[in-house]
Amino acid sequence: MNPLYRDVLPGGAHGSLVLRRGRLLRLTDVEGGANLALLAWNATEKSERLNLPDALKCQHTSKLTRGHCLYSDMGRVLLCITNDDLGWHDPMGGLSTAAEVRARYGAGDYQTLRNDFYRNGQDNLLVEMGKWGLSRRDLTMNVNFFSKLASDDAGQLRFVPDHSPPGSHVDLYAPMDTLVIVTAIQHPLDPATAYGPKPVALSVFEVPDAEALATTRVCRESRPENGRGFALTERYFS
Amino acid sequence: MSPHASTLQEDAACRRELIRAGEAWIGELRAGQTFRILDLEGNQAVDTLFYNLDDPAERYDAQCTVRCGAQVYLSTGSVLMSTLGRPMLTITADTCGRHDTLGGACAQESNRVRYALDRGHMHSCRDNFLRAIAHDGRLTKRDLGANLNFFMNVPVTADGGLSFADGVSAPGKYVELRAHLNVLVLISNCPQLNNPCNAYNPTPIEVLIWD
Repeated sequence: MNPLYRDVLPGGAHGSLVLRRGRLLRLTDVEGGANLALLAWNATEKSERLNLPDALKCQHTSKLTRGHCLYSDMGRVLLCITNDDLGWHDPMGGLSTAAEVRARYGAGDYQTLRNDFYRNGQDNLLVEMGKWGLSRRDLTMNVNFFSKLASDDAGQLRFVPDHSPPGSHVDLYAPMDTLVIVTAIQHPLDPATAYGPKPVALSVFEVPDAEALATTRVCRESRPENGRGFALTERYFS
Repeated sequence: MSPHASTLQEDAACRRELIRAGEAWIGELRAGQTFRILDLEGNQAVDTLFYNLDDPAERYDAQCTVRCGAQVYLSTGSVLMSTLGRPMLTITADTCGRHDTLGGACAQESNRVRYALDRGHMHSCRDNFLRAIAHDGRLTKRDLGANLNFFMNVPVTADGGLSFADGVSAPGKYVELRAHLNVLVLISNCPQLNNPCNAYNPTPIEVLIWD
């Protein structure tokens, strides 16, 4: 299957797109070691947005992988993960702030580095959100694709290095028109001391209607909650 | 995280209020004040959101809190961080020992997904939040970020599981927080009847404030 288009986000960059209902977004970690922070909204009603607590609790998971759905606060499926090379994407670590980036990597300002200046996850998403009329008040818990935080029995969190080899990919199918806002930026708990965010390729595919059911079956049928989530999403269009 | 008791005396509190089972509450804290949430009858989840009173666009940030403490569960010593990366409150005493911030608030919509398509009309925390902020006027749905669940036990496992376990709280357990900013507090005393977060029997709580 050929993508409708392919775009590469350079490390540190941010972008956004409306993934139309029935299309699939493939995220590829081009060089290995990438982190892609992602937020999502109902493209036509942006008060409806990704709600990770709802997604985690209804699927009894603290990681995201193939078979999982990314739910909105309205009980609908904004995106579902139909393929995944890694088995674990992080819903807990959140976004780096300007202060965290400065503390870890140093100043890295535009005046010295021009377009290689040190960016941070929060500002990158806020800039991209601003283009869609969204503000700080719309910033909520994000997914960090290609990253893993391990938790021990006491709840202590640890960043797992070298989680994503070059070429790793994850497929996100949209059962509704979904605004996707992303930035390819280092995970805030990545202990690397040098600023060096890695690129992520974004490829959009059209999934023919005849293949939609087979493509999403792994998500619809992974647990009864997701069957109901898809039913509620389909009601929205009925 | 071992329990850590407070030295504050209840009769010295400057404000004391009962929140009935299943009800919402909005209150304000001044920087430096201490806020206690008291689980009167035990195993009562208390869904809570915090805002900077002087600029409510700055609010509690669950991911920043978990990341900055490198810790999933919250207890004494946990610093509750804001969306601007600033400390909002610190948990200064906790006789329960563990509180959740990943499980979110129950809602009619998520109840449909979790339990049954026709289970969408039971009372929920999100309804409480929305009713309270509709009358208060300072916040809207956009301001409802990921919340804390005091007294709720949501174990995360090493292989990436998450469950809603029986409560670890008991009658008279409490958690106490010191405010670093002027803080707006929004609480839903959780009315959920579909899982053990309230031991299937929502009960009243009490809030106390000390200068």
